[in-house]
Amino acid sequence: MHATTTAVKDFRPSGARFLRIDPLMLLATLGLIAASLYTLGTATQDDIKGDPNYFVYRQAGYAAIGFVLMLLITRFDYSRLREWKLGIYAFLIASIILVYTLGFSARGSRRAIEFPFFNFQASELGKLLLVVALAGFVVDRIRRLTDRETTSRMALLAVIPAMLVVAQPDLGSGLVYLAILGAVLFIAGTPWTHFAALGGLAAVAIVVVLVAAPAVGVEVLKPYQKDRLTAFLNPGENRGKEAYQINQSLTAIGSGGKTGRGDQATQTKLDFLPEHHTDFVFSVVGEEFGFVGAALVLSLFALLIWRALRTLTMAKNFYGALVAGGITAMLMFQVFVNVGMTISIMPITGIPLPLMSYGGSSVITTLMAIGLLQSIHAQARDTAAVKRL
Amino acid sequence: MYLDNERRPTLTPQLAFRVAVIGGVALVMFGVIFFRLWYLQVLSGDKYEAQAQNNRVREIKVQAPRGEIVDRHGQPLVENRHSFSIKVTPDKLPEDLGEREEVYRRLAKLLNLNPRRLEKRVEGELRALPFSKPTVKQDVRQELVAYVLERSNQFPGVEPESEFLREYPHGPVGAHLFGQVGEVNGKQLKDQRYNGVELGDRVGQAGIELEYDRFLRGRNGAARVEVDALGNLTKTLRRDPTVQGSQLRLSVDLGVQEVAQQALASGTGKGAFAVMDVNNGEVLALGSQPSFDPNIFTKPISQKRLNALSSDELGKPLFNRAIQGGYPTGSTFKLITATAALESGHITPDTPLNDPGSLTVGGVTFENAGKVAHGVLALRQALTVSSDVFFYQLGQYMNEKGMPLQKWAHRLGIGRRTGIDLPAEEPGRLPTPKWRDRWFKQGLTERPWSVGDNINLSVGQGDLLSNPLQMAVAYAAIANGGRVLRPRLGLRIEDASGQALQQLDAPTARRLKMSKANRDAILEGLYGAANEPGGTSTPVFEGFPIPIAGKTGTAEHVGKADQSWYVALAPYPNPKYVVAVTDEAGGFGADTAAPMARRILAELLDVKETGLVQGGGAPD
Repeated sequence: MHATTTAVKDFRPSGARFLRIDPLMLLATLGLIAASLYTLGTATQDDIKGDPNYFVYRQAGYAAIGFVLMLLITRFDYSRLREWKLGIYAFLIASIILVYTLGFSARGSRRAIEFPFFNFQASELGKLLLVVALAGFVVDRIRRLTDRETTSRMALLAVIPAMLVVAQPDLGSGLVYLAILGAVLFIAGTPWTHFAALGGLAAVAIVVVLVAAPAVGVEVLKPYQKDRLTAFLNPGENRGKEAYQINQSLTAIGSGGKTGRGDQATQTKLDFLPEHHTDFVFSVVGEEFGFVGAALVLSLFALLIWRALRTLTMAKNFYGALVAGGITAMLMFQVFVNVGMTISIMPITGIPLPLMSYGGSSVITTLMAIGLLQSIHAQARDTAAVKRL
Repeated sequence: MYLDNERRPTLTPQLAFRVAVIGGVALVMFGVIFFRLWYLQVLSGDKYEAQAQNNRVREIKVQAPRGEIVDRHGQPLVENRHSFSIKVTPDKLPEDLGEREEVYRRLAKLLNLNPRRLEKRVEGELRALPFSKPTVKQDVRQELVAYVLERSNQFPGVEPESEFLREYPHGPVGAHLFGQVGEVNGKQLKDQRYNGVELGDRVGQAGIELEYDRFLRGRNGAARVEVDALGNLTKTLRRDPTVQGSQLRLSVDLGVQEVAQQALASGTGKGAFAVMDVNNGEVLALGSQPSFDPNIFTKPISQKRLNALSSDELGKPLFNRAIQGGYPTGSTFKLITATAALESGHITPDTPLNDPGSLTVGGVTFENAGKVAHGVLALRQALTVSSDVFFYQLGQYMNEKGMPLQKWAHRLGIGRRTGIDLPAEEPGRLPTPKWRDRWFKQGLTERPWSVGDNINLSVGQGDLLSNPLQMAVAYAAIANGGRVLRPRLGLRIEDASGQALQQLDAPTARRLKMSKANRDAILEGLYGAANEPGGTSTPVFEGFPIPIAGKTGTAEHVGKADQSWYVALAPYPNPKYVVAVTDEAGGFGADTAAPMARRILAELLDVKETGLVQGGGAPD
């Protein structure tokens, strides 16, 4: 099967594949990175005394690294990843466990290993690794996709790393893993009945975690995670930290009005808005640039997701379609949960906004994922070109 | 859909459908987010904008320091001290009762208070005045203030407030004059004299602080500030400056006040004094023993301790005996009896009367103190030796239509408020037939008025209730030629540097018509009492370089020790000052009150004394 790609390479000058990338997807990517840098620039000026551009410079550095990786991956034959699925899966599990044992604690949860320039957050890269590995396992069972066994095996393969990151505790990433599982199975054509069964299992698990286990004295969720949930369910009654965050976020976004408060964005500048460079960066956009700014950022995300879905339909092979589906789900889920959290239609889960939130692991992983999408896109168009020949 | 990974199929219908489903989900979610953003930002933008402003801008009331109070020479008597108090802002307290309780619990632990009692008190205050900011604790250490500020998320609704507390550099000196400052009450808020005073402001609640509150209280300032999420001030948006209250200069002389209190404290424990300028009513010293340190009121004080300060065991330190006490004045009253008898024409200064040692009227025998017989004497001599029988006879004669003794006593201010610029003055009681007969009708006493009552009054005994300030006013009137003065403590209102802003007018005096000959005779009698052989206080004033006139008094109390009195006018013959002193259980006037008066006069007239004078002398 390498014959095809090698043959293609023989036909054209090297580097020509860049011409086959999706320019709109690239536009959305660059637009979001620019939006992130601009937002962070205004929002974090006073966060670190004497270093107004600390977060901007670092985010720009991460974006640059991520962008180089994205370009490299674009030129890379993603199908090779399918053969490495076992290694990738093993690396995924090992890195999560390694972080859990060696990692330092960030606000009470151990989810990163410290490097000189940035903190490696295994659960972020894990999102992409899971997509790639899971798609590979699915392709292996291509003739038994409707078997119950296939569905349960895939579910197990995704639930293991999901449980591990939830134990860190990083509930948000665990939920992203489950979303990826759902999307990959969905694209693979898993029967609706299986989804119903998985949904039923999830409901049972939720009941056990939230009701049954605490009743017999086993607390599965950390208190702050429970607070987040109750704060989401009754924001008015709860005056705790979680409800405070939601209310401040709503105030920030609401006060932005149509065109934003610009320099008068006091919610952000006076620190009323918590985590304004990471999880609540969208609230900053809402306050500083108003409905117009928020709509622009959302439009860029919509563009990105549209192009990702389009890439899915174009993929030259089944593996590509599955990977594109997983990445699309990963992006969509994170965007909706994060933005939903800031406008109080989703509970607080600590999921970053792809490309917008400050953080190396998230930015680099997302750019690598987009690189994979571009690779799928480019190869699909290559194949189409070859066929035309 | 795919049968083989590598065979690129056309999009199968199933995959197309499923991609469409994902696309549909994305569309719905983006739709929800857009609508929600539209609602939040476009439709409710103004509300959230206001909320953000409310988050950011805080109006801070800046309490104005009260004016200071200084003595007649500008010595500070009452100053201000900067302090912090912890207050509760009701609209920022958690609404959830359990959480509120938690806040109270943390606060109580931090401030070493009883959590239950704290909660009860604060909640009670909030119910009574829903928009007030109840004080949790006053005068809190700076570290605790910083602790609360740094952990504002643990203490929602708890705010430290900077405020000025009164400070009394001389402790108990003048304690009874100043009174206290406290939060304005509901009744005062409705009073138009408290215009501009807001809930939570502190105003004078007693004493000079109450009497001159409108001058002493300043104008509070306000600052609109921008704060960050931690409550740290980031920017001041607008500032209305505070205006400190005016300084009040009192007529009190710190040195005299201090010496007088020391003199009183050397007595039997309870007593009072008043020192006044006989010509203009300026009070140079006024006090009561036992005293207290007013600094204790600047900190929260327990009810138990407060009760103790009004208890009999400690001698009611808060009670100002100089204006609230009610005592018979003993022989110091004889000057009033003499005035009445002279002015009503019963005697002339030279009318001789016999003093055989006792007088029997209606079967009751009234005796001289010490049972001595002074023989025939006229007014001057009678005052000098303090012949009771001489004055008994005057009392007997004056028990007639018009009751001249009561008339003159009333004119001289006995049994009525002097009108000093202090609240809470008590009038005392001047016994009259009308009063006694009414009491008798009401069954409050066993007999109606009789001549014996007037005989008792003539020597300051019986049902008379007066106090040192009333005596000082009466003596001053005789010394100054008949002007009954309204004593006053407030001299003038000044700015902080002592420049006069407003002179407090001397109140008009009540004028009595008295003949100069009669006055001179009385003063001569009093001079003799302090200077001539046989004078009741002559031994006490031996060696005192400045001539004075003075009268001893010994008020008898049934079943209790005698009360010692002394009222002095100095210098003789043109008195400038009157000094009235009493010690509730001091014995004869010459035993304790007269030596106290000498100490006060020495300070007042700048006399260097080599040692303290012992009491002692004739009974009076």
